[in-house]
Amino acid sequence: MTPIPHRIVSRRAETGDVTTLSLVPASGRPLGFVPGQFNMLTAYGVGEVAISVSSSPREVGPLQHTVRDVGPVTRALCRASTGDVIGVRGPFGTPWAVDAAPTSTGDTVVVAGGIGIAPLRGAIDDLVHRPDTDGGRVFIVAGARQPEQIIFAGDLEAWERAGAVVAVTVDLGSPGWLGHVGLVTSVFDAIAFEPAESSALVCGPEIMMRLTARALVGRGVDPERIRVALERNMQCGVGWCGHCQLGPFLLCRDGPVLPYAGAVSHLLSERER
Amino acid sequence: MTTPVAQLVASHPLLEGLPGDAVAQVAGCARNVAFAPGELLLGEGDPADTLFLVRRGLVAIEIHAPNRGSIVVETVSAGGVVGWSWLFPPYHWQFDARAVGPVGAIAMDAACLRAKADADDALGHQLMARLAAVLLERLQATRIRLLDLYGTNSGHPGEDQRARVD
Amino acid sequence: MRIGEAVVMGSEGLDALLTTLIELGYETRGPVVRDGAIMPGPVREVADLPVGTHDVQAPGRYGLEQSDDDTVFAWAVGPGSWKAEFFPPSQELWHSTVDGESVTTTTPDLDMPPLAIVGARPCELAALAVLDRVLLDGAFPDPRYAARRDGTFLVTAECGSPAATCFCTSMGTGPGADSGFDLALTELNDDDGHRFVVRIGSDRGAEVLAAVPVSEVTAADLAARDRVLSSSGDLIDRRLETRGLADLLARNLEHPRWDEVADRCLACGNCTLVCPTCFCSDVSDTTDLTGDVHRQRTWASCFDLDHSHLHGGPVRSSTSSRYRQWLTHKLSTWWDQFDTSGCVGCGRCIAWCPVGIDLTEEAAAIRETDGAVRSLSTAPGRAR
Repeated sequence: MTPIPHRIVSRRAETGDVTTLSLVPASGRPLGFVPGQFNMLTAYGVGEVAISVSSSPREVGPLQHTVRDVGPVTRALCRASTGDVIGVRGPFGTPWAVDAAPTSTGDTVVVAGGIGIAPLRGAIDDLVHRPDTDGGRVFIVAGARQPEQIIFAGDLEAWERAGAVVAVTVDLGSPGWLGHVGLVTSVFDAIAFEPAESSALVCGPEIMMRLTARALVGRGVDPERIRVALERNMQCGVGWCGHCQLGPFLLCRDGPVLPYAGAVSHLLSERER
Repeated sequence: MTTPVAQLVASHPLLEGLPGDAVAQVAGCARNVAFAPGELLLGEGDPADTLFLVRRGLVAIEIHAPNRGSIVVETVSAGGVVGWSWLFPPYHWQFDARAVGPVGAIAMDAACLRAKADADDALGHQLMARLAAVLLERLQATRIRLLDLYGTNSGHPGEDQRARVD
Repeated sequence: MRIGEAVVMGSEGLDALLTTLIELGYETRGPVVRDGAIMPGPVREVADLPVGTHDVQAPGRYGLEQSDDDTVFAWAVGPGSWKAEFFPPSQELWHSTVDGESVTTTTPDLDMPPLAIVGARPCELAALAVLDRVLLDGAFPDPRYAARRDGTFLVTAECGSPAATCFCTSMGTGPGADSGFDLALTELNDDDGHRFVVRIGSDRGAEVLAAVPVSEVTAADLAARDRVLSSSGDLIDRRLETRGLADLLARNLEHPRWDEVADRCLACGNCTLVCPTCFCSDVSDTTDLTGDVHRQRTWASCFDLDHSHLHGGPVRSSTSSRYRQWLTHKLSTWWDQFDTSGCVGCGRCIAWCPVGIDLTEEAAAIRETDGAVRSLSTAPGRAR
């Protein structure tokens, strides 16, 4: 439960309220992780939050976390300077497990909404550079509020150059935007993935994941092959605090990445009162 | 090699699976069209006389404001449908539709479609049902976008769950 | 003496047992009368125990009565469960001194004397076994819990005086104990005198007992023990039907009963505080005047609005939603998470609910109208 002090070696403003922090341990070996997992980040004296790792295992270098400024702790993290020390505990939770994708011959559709692309970044990077795909292609659909709020625009271009089909769509276009305007699901017709053999990784606001998963199933994607990343209040990361319960799951332990099939599809439709 | 219009019509998702005779009927209203980048498919206030089945490229549905220029409210890509105002009087376009890049589409004459639908109830029903399905999907997507899911108060992974003061 | 064997000791034997445990270095704790309730506390001799004290419990009611008899364990359970010994209501996880780029973090000293609990009920042993699954058996054992739990000497007092709120017989956790103890006592107070049948549950139990004056158990003693436990079982008339219970609740998330119980529920969280298995906690940081950072872990309740807080607001904003979370977790999803029921049938949540909500009654009501669905037309906006 004791955070390991990490020094911020660089910070990059992704959008107005989203910052990526690159961290190295003040001493000792860097923490490992698998894409999809999260760490608990401590802004000393302010508090601790669960933030997914946004670096790619392929990158040799500091651990990265992409944080959106929405509250006291994330604000402190986003405003921290290079050289500042923050605490890191982890990694926790389940990975996207792209290696364990049920089929490597099928297409993989990655659907990211807003900052939901951050937990997916490492998985996408793995997928795009997977050496042996047996013909399975990678489709990336990224949704953002406005063109200025597209996170990892440079990565999206690099993934496209590496062979992925990339479709970025925004809710609100701005002058000079020549891409899609609309919901992530509205571009599914424009990208020619083969639903029957496809796997999908979906991360974003819960409503977006629910609708995306339904739209994918509606197109013939096997619900067993759709994974979503769920989120609830997390205060410990290790299954003690009970806050992250969602039905049968303790999301810090059993999630955040879970198959959409079965319990999750029901839970996402189940209304709290 | 030119693909007969009927074949293009039959292969568009809107009309996919329509019986051959029905395809033949609506294909009589269709012609193959192309638009250069920036060209308008249809313009606000003009008579609404065409249904566009987009085959290639991206079409932006726009509305203009004096101080903001053209605002894109939605884009329609290949496989999608552009133009609805021809369905009901007064048959005037409500928005602009502009080709973002090169666009290929099937243009269906609206009066011709209406006449065929009026003459053949079964065909009319088929067309209306398929158009309604697209409209429903658009309506639902529009509703979701009204939620501003990626806005500041929506809740995303990676956010601060204990934020109480913002 | 070996595991599984039984002996008899007099009430002076209980004193000797306590003395032996103290001499062996144990911190001895047991039930004591405090603030009008039977609570966990330090126990060094029999006189510290609730001798002659009886509890009277009912939904929303708890009280003590004192009599002249010398029985020690003639009560059911008090509001303070043994949970707090292992998982304290508030604990510091660490504190750090932050000096520029250097952070020095200190964790609390977990070196504690071994703990002996004398007089835990069988249902409380069951509760500890449940907590073990949560805080000890997962991928990340709780170090404070583990340190305290390690080597704990457990003397259970089998139950001869169940309360009206008890339903251990439904949960298979009492009134007798099958396992989970070092020594099990059954208090007998009949024509043959005041004495305890002592059953040995571990090698350590046998070792400790070797220093205590005991005599051979007679057939009459064992028959008397059987009578105590069977009459105790007969006294327990509260029932929770557990057959298919987890599935029943899982398929009745839209049952109107959740809204009905929420009309009474104050969302005070008493039930979660007295529950011997509720384990939720909040983690918070504070800074002291020297600038040191303290990370604190405190008991939390799923009845608190903030418990389910996500950016934008709480997930479970209504009392109906929060009661549903509590009961379905306890009786249904606990199985999914920890392969056990989260309820041991101690009845504390019934007695200590200010309005006397009874989970056995709630579960029965749902079973009776399995499949009923609340009217959606009245559901939204019913803020509670």
